[in-house]
Amino acid sequence: MKISEFPRRILIALGLPVVLIALWWFASAGSTSFFWPPLSTIVQAFPETWTADPLLHDVLPSVARLLGGYLIALLVGVAAGTAIGRSRTLRALCEPVLEFFRAVPPPVLVPVIALFAGYTGSTSKVLTIALGCLWPILLNTVEGVRSLDEVLLDTARSYRLGRVATLWHVVLRGSSPRIAAGARQSLSIGVILMVISELFGANRGLGASIVQFQRSFAIPQMWTGIILLGLLGVVLSALFRLVENRSLAWYRGQRDAERER
Amino acid sequence: MTTTTPTLTGPAEIRPVRAAGRWRQPALGLLGCLIAVAVVEALPRLGVVDSRFLPPFSTMARSLGGQLTEGDFWTGLGQTLAGWAAGLAIAMVAGIVVGVVIGSVPLLRAVTASTIEFLRPIPSVALIPLVVLIYGSRPQSALILVVYAAFWQVLVQVLYGVADVDPVVRDTARSYRFSRWAIIRSVVWPTAMPYVVTGFRLAASVALILEVTAELIIGVPGLGKSIGVAQSSGAVPETYALVLVVGLLGVLINVCTRAVERRVLRWHTSVRGEA
Amino acid sequence: MSDTIALDVAGLAKTYRSPGRDVEAVRDLTFQIRRGELVCIVGPSGAGKTTLLRCIAGLLDLSGGQIRLDGTAVTEPPAGMAVVFQEYGRSLFPWLTVRGNVELPLKEKGLAKAARAAKVAEALDAVGLPDSADAHPWQLSGGMQQRVAIARAIAYEPSVLLMDEPFAAVDAQTRADLEDLVRTLWKRLGVTVLFVTHDIDESVYLGQRVLVLSNRPTVVLEDVPVDLPDDRDQLTTRSSPQFTKIRTHVYELVQSAKRGERPEPS
Repeated sequence: MKISEFPRRILIALGLPVVLIALWWFASAGSTSFFWPPLSTIVQAFPETWTADPLLHDVLPSVARLLGGYLIALLVGVAAGTAIGRSRTLRALCEPVLEFFRAVPPPVLVPVIALFAGYTGSTSKVLTIALGCLWPILLNTVEGVRSLDEVLLDTARSYRLGRVATLWHVVLRGSSPRIAAGARQSLSIGVILMVISELFGANRGLGASIVQFQRSFAIPQMWTGIILLGLLGVVLSALFRLVENRSLAWYRGQRDAERER
Repeated sequence: MTTTTPTLTGPAEIRPVRAAGRWRQPALGLLGCLIAVAVVEALPRLGVVDSRFLPPFSTMARSLGGQLTEGDFWTGLGQTLAGWAAGLAIAMVAGIVVGVVIGSVPLLRAVTASTIEFLRPIPSVALIPLVVLIYGSRPQSALILVVYAAFWQVLVQVLYGVADVDPVVRDTARSYRFSRWAIIRSVVWPTAMPYVVTGFRLAASVALILEVTAELIIGVPGLGKSIGVAQSSGAVPETYALVLVVGLLGVLINVCTRAVERRVLRWHTSVRGEA
Repeated sequence: MSDTIALDVAGLAKTYRSPGRDVEAVRDLTFQIRRGELVCIVGPSGAGKTTLLRCIAGLLDLSGGQIRLDGTAVTEPPAGMAVVFQEYGRSLFPWLTVRGNVELPLKEKGLAKAARAAKVAEALDAVGLPDSADAHPWQLSGGMQQRVAIARAIAYEPSVLLMDEPFAAVDAQTRADLEDLVRTLWKRLGVTVLFVTHDIDESVYLGQRVLVLSNRPTVVLEDVPVDLPDDRDQLTTRSSPQFTKIRTHVYELVQSAKRGERPEPS
């Protein structure tokens, strides 16, 4: 039973993607359309386009900026969110303003930051990513900390857990599901901003390269860039899920247990 | 003096009434907004920030007031809203139909799961070069980006919702020989409703982000384009005024969708509570 | 030493203050618990039992009076006290295993690893859960979760153990088992126990004394001694005439408390 189960699951998981790719391959095989080159051409162009040099000087810096800005947003967002979430007064004071910042579509940050720094170099890009990613993390942290169970906090107090232990073992662990939800939203915003921040001014980077290909009508190369960007999104989301599955296993288990009752 | 309703489990006891918080909360929120405005006013006036980069709030407000009298502003606002609404509507319909169909057929769900998981995280901005090639800066470019981004939000929520249908209820309906359509209408849809509304809320804010992005980056007509034009022509107060408008638009959308969600959820829990 | 006072509550008053509306929850509570005693507190619903317990636990500020634990005034959660809350599902940390839950307060106390491990094993053994150390709380039944909470409390080695309606949310069979567990642990460890409940039978079955509270604002209506033999079991104790007599007395007191009867102010 178990042995036949495994190939079946592989078949179910890979069946449709394989069919879709095959469809694309054959449907585009004889394509003379300018915008839709044959998949075979795109696949051929891939290793030619993404050699060591662009990988090292375009893709890597893009990803580094993304991760840098994202980590800054994560640290600042969780720290500020915890502080705000713990104080009722601070929360009431800040919430409307924070709601405004969250509602501003993050790409609008680019022209605003451009006013200050002229938008050259990595700092302004990292700043854009960090500022865009900050608000979902911050607001979700506030919400997570706010909705912590009072009985848990009482328990921590009555067993005289210190400030650090309470913060670490109770407050942060308890709000981690919400923090993760915010972090997931921010990750996709971060990828968007990684691309968009490279479209202003003359730049190198993954997003800049794709647009460069498009402007010079190097269509198969543009397609390889789109595919690479898609793969990056998929890999980042898979990594995120991996971390989440590990650190939030308790949360899933608890939720499922509650559902059964 | 009547006693409170007796409860078996104790702590329905008197907790301090936060009646005073009724006005405290919005008052503090207003105070927070005023402080933020005051800071933006003071920073450039005190010379902490160069007013060429960050004009005082009053200057922004004056610029905004000036724009409100111009037709261009209202046209831009209308274009942005129209693009947002059209994209959101298409994504909602497509997401719900596809979600209910896939979710109701276990085999279909199993077969498509990996594909959905793969396609969903592909950033919608990856499509920018493609839509630019095909549609240039026409509204269709923005529409495709908006629909693509919003569709996944709806679809995923609908799939959660359909998966949440109580199998016992579904089996009961089946044993009474409900038709497939009747099962969807009377069993699947009510269960999935709260999820659909959540999907709507998420999709609405994502749709605005992509609409403005497309306007800003590709030059599709709308407020986003105006921001880009204002910034590159050095009209700093106008830039901030427009950013302010777009932000307030986002707040408005969030507030409205959250109100809709609360309404539906309340209806839902009250209905379920009676069952 | 057995006659010294472990917990001394004198003139305890608690009023919840909020602008425009004050709620007087506890007016004037005075009682003492000797070291090693097991005392139950009963009262009608809404009698401020939980308020009282949260005050004693140092989780709420007092409006008047004083609470002393082993001679020291309680102004914050004291070191020599452990609390078992009613909401077991919410007082155990769901992200920690059973072991982690019992161990965390000991870690905060600064105990070495080996000592912690020994105490955790001992406590889990005492509550009958030697094999569940690596499970997460939500994988256990309600009764087992409350056992974990009790294990955490006794591993902490408090001089006073507070229990706030700990068995209100478990089924009757489990409840009887847990009541016997409390009696056993109390006798074995010699810990002082203050047990708050709304269940009259439970209070008489468990306690050496039962403090009956009035309705709000709370005062002590009567301090009822339970002169039952120390060896109790669910069957014979509960069917004994003496048990029935005390139970009836406490029942009448609670009924009169519900009607709003209060002792004359002296």
